[in-house]
Amino acid sequence: MAVMTMREALNQALREELQRDENVFLMGEEVAAYQGAYKVSKGLLEEFGDKRVIDTPITELGFAGLGVGAAMVGLRPVVEFMTFNFSILATDQIINSAAKMLYMSGGQYKIPIVFRGPNGSAFQVSSQHSQAMESWYSYFPGVKVVMPSTPADAKGLLKSAIRDDDPVIFLEQERMYGNKGEVPEDEDFTIPLGVADIKREGKDATIVARSLMVPVALKAAEELEKQGVSCEVVDPRTIRPLDIETIISSVKKTNRVVIAEESHPFCGVGAEICAQITERAFDYLDAPVKRVSGADVPMPYAKNLEKLAIPDVETIIKAVREVAYLD
Amino acid sequence: MATQVVMPKLSPTMEEGQISRWLKNEGDKVSMGEPLAEIDTDKATMEMQALSNGVLRKILIKEGESAPLGQPIAVIGEADEDISQFLSQASAGSAKSQAASQPQAEKKAESTAATQEASTEPARASQPSGNGAQGAGREAQANDRLVVSPLAARMAAEAGINLRSLTGSGPGGRIIKRDIEAAMSTGGGQQAVEQGSAQAPQRHLRAVQPGTQPAQPAQLEGASPYRDEPTSVMRQTIARRLVTSIGPVPHFFLTTEIEMDRVVEMRRSVNELDPELKISINDVIVKVAAAALIQHPQVNASFQDRNVRYYERADIGVAVAIEDGLITPVIRAADQKPLSQIASEVRELAERARSRKLLPEEYTGATFSISNLGMLGIDEFTAVINPPEAAILAVGAVTPKAVVRDGQVVVRQMMRVTMSCDHRVIDGATGARFLQTFKRLLENPLLMIV
Repeated sequence: MAVMTMREALNQALREELQRDENVFLMGEEVAAYQGAYKVSKGLLEEFGDKRVIDTPITELGFAGLGVGAAMVGLRPVVEFMTFNFSILATDQIINSAAKMLYMSGGQYKIPIVFRGPNGSAFQVSSQHSQAMESWYSYFPGVKVVMPSTPADAKGLLKSAIRDDDPVIFLEQERMYGNKGEVPEDEDFTIPLGVADIKREGKDATIVARSLMVPVALKAAEELEKQGVSCEVVDPRTIRPLDIETIISSVKKTNRVVIAEESHPFCGVGAEICAQITERAFDYLDAPVKRVSGADVPMPYAKNLEKLAIPDVETIIKAVREVAYLD
Repeated sequence: MATQVVMPKLSPTMEEGQISRWLKNEGDKVSMGEPLAEIDTDKATMEMQALSNGVLRKILIKEGESAPLGQPIAVIGEADEDISQFLSQASAGSAKSQAASQPQAEKKAESTAATQEASTEPARASQPSGNGAQGAGREAQANDRLVVSPLAARMAAEAGINLRSLTGSGPGGRIIKRDIEAAMSTGGGQQAVEQGSAQAPQRHLRAVQPGTQPAQPAQLEGASPYRDEPTSVMRQTIARRLVTSIGPVPHFFLTTEIEMDRVVEMRRSVNELDPELKISINDVIVKVAAAALIQHPQVNASFQDRNVRYYERADIGVAVAIEDGLITPVIRAADQKPLSQIASEVRELAERARSRKLLPEEYTGATFSISNLGMLGIDEFTAVINPPEAAILAVGAVTPKAVVRDGQVVVRQMMRVTMSCDHRVIDGATGARFLQTFKRLLENPLLMIV
């Protein structure tokens, strides 16, 4: 195991998959010559050449469509969005083409494509560039949605996503690119899609957290342990397919749930998880399921307001104490 | 939003509470969990906490006054909120329960019992019997909605804990896991099972469980497989009536053995004189019991919470086994009727009981009951009192036995009877004296015509 940043882990996954399968190629804005806006594709142009690492114009709908076409004829494109805010322009290709093609062609065309890039808030990039898009893509049958929270998960899940025959939305987090962690260097290291990970075991409350909220939840759990509350932190890792079984069995153990998410609450992934918990574990709940979500407002530019709009350790602690009836 | 503060259940057996002391005055700010008042229950003086934030706007029950469970005793709201709706509700509620309690005292036993019997409502410990009061109780219940977490509800059902006996520690008085755990550790479960109201959800839960776990191929381990059959209305009534008896009615039992030779002989002679009479031993027992009851009015009585009711007639309920249950038709004024009439009435009522054609007034309102399992070869048993009666006599078989008379072992027709007594009305000696009379009359049936 080596300690590396999430950006390095993603880079390693891309390199290994480019090496492993010549049908894999990477395209997106600034991925080649500039080595990626966040340096995830560092060194890849040099190693694999401009046939496999391709700079595109600023035309999200265009190159997303190119990717879908390439996937239809047997290539395995990895399409980078500089941020998922820009994927909004490409949703027709992602949702209407990539997600539907297998079904509408009667199973003739599989679409082994990965759309990846940073999702959610960054640092003072304001309303249009701070959006967490997972509920959009998770809504549609036909795509898989992945949200890693550690360098190891990022590597293992990205390799699985590239090898998967379905379109995968791979949501990274700009604030997390520099997060460090141990990463297996085995080229065959993958993490299957659709399997949640218990990031911390506990017995008094379950915190379901994904992406940016996982390290925040872990810190909250640490603090709560000192207050005598033992928290289990469950990271679904894949939003679709969702490993609800792991969440349900944790809820059955702890009887109390907090769902922490960076995204807006309304019609969010947390709402879906909450619904499934009440459908399947109602008789095990000792308190209403509590969501801790990003503020239901466009992301403010002001630093102090931006901080208030994103859940932090304190808000999660408060929510857990509430469901544990401690306040 | 303004909320009513209702009389909480602060002990498992509490039915009403008396305000010992208000710890807040009207106009004081209160917050959730803060002590609001001290309440005298049947067991102790307990502190009652506020379940919402706001201002104590109105005290409806003054210090020293009592209120039944669920009755509004105060209103908490914002300082400037209109609470007139709560005030009019509260005064209407208390007027109703007052009106209901007035005629109740004069009501004849028959009508009270008939109302209880005919009602399909499960008996509630917290509700006084009688028509009007029941209506008021239901109203209070609606305001007093149970708030309970799904987990706590399931745990309570499994442990047989009556949720109404608990006070929730969650927001708004929600009953949560730790409240059930506390109740379990203090043994609240056991007691509540006897109270019966926990039974319905329990049964429901058992019925649901097999559906959630698909049947295993080999059922040789774990809990036995079973099938659920819906209970008949009669079975439900039996369950409800008997549970309300053995739980709140403190039973004790007195047994005696009676020499029956003279009664057997008397019956034989009478039936020989007129075969149409068809008098049974049991008919004689009914007649003798009625006669003894008139001599011992303490046994021909009923515990009525704040008074003991003594009946002037001996109306004897005779337990009749029928398919899927039993019913107790009543021989009215058995003390005043000749044996022949008792015999024909018992026969006629039992017949109609078996064909389910009894009218409610024919099987309610007895003052004493007799259950005879002698014909089924039972020597001795105990019976469960049928409230509000104060006693029931369990009669065993008449069998020849070796007994000692004047220093000689002789054979006599012996019968054992056991009387179950409600100790709230009948004491050991009272019951024993009644049985003495009963025994003397049966052993010397001629006394009845003296």
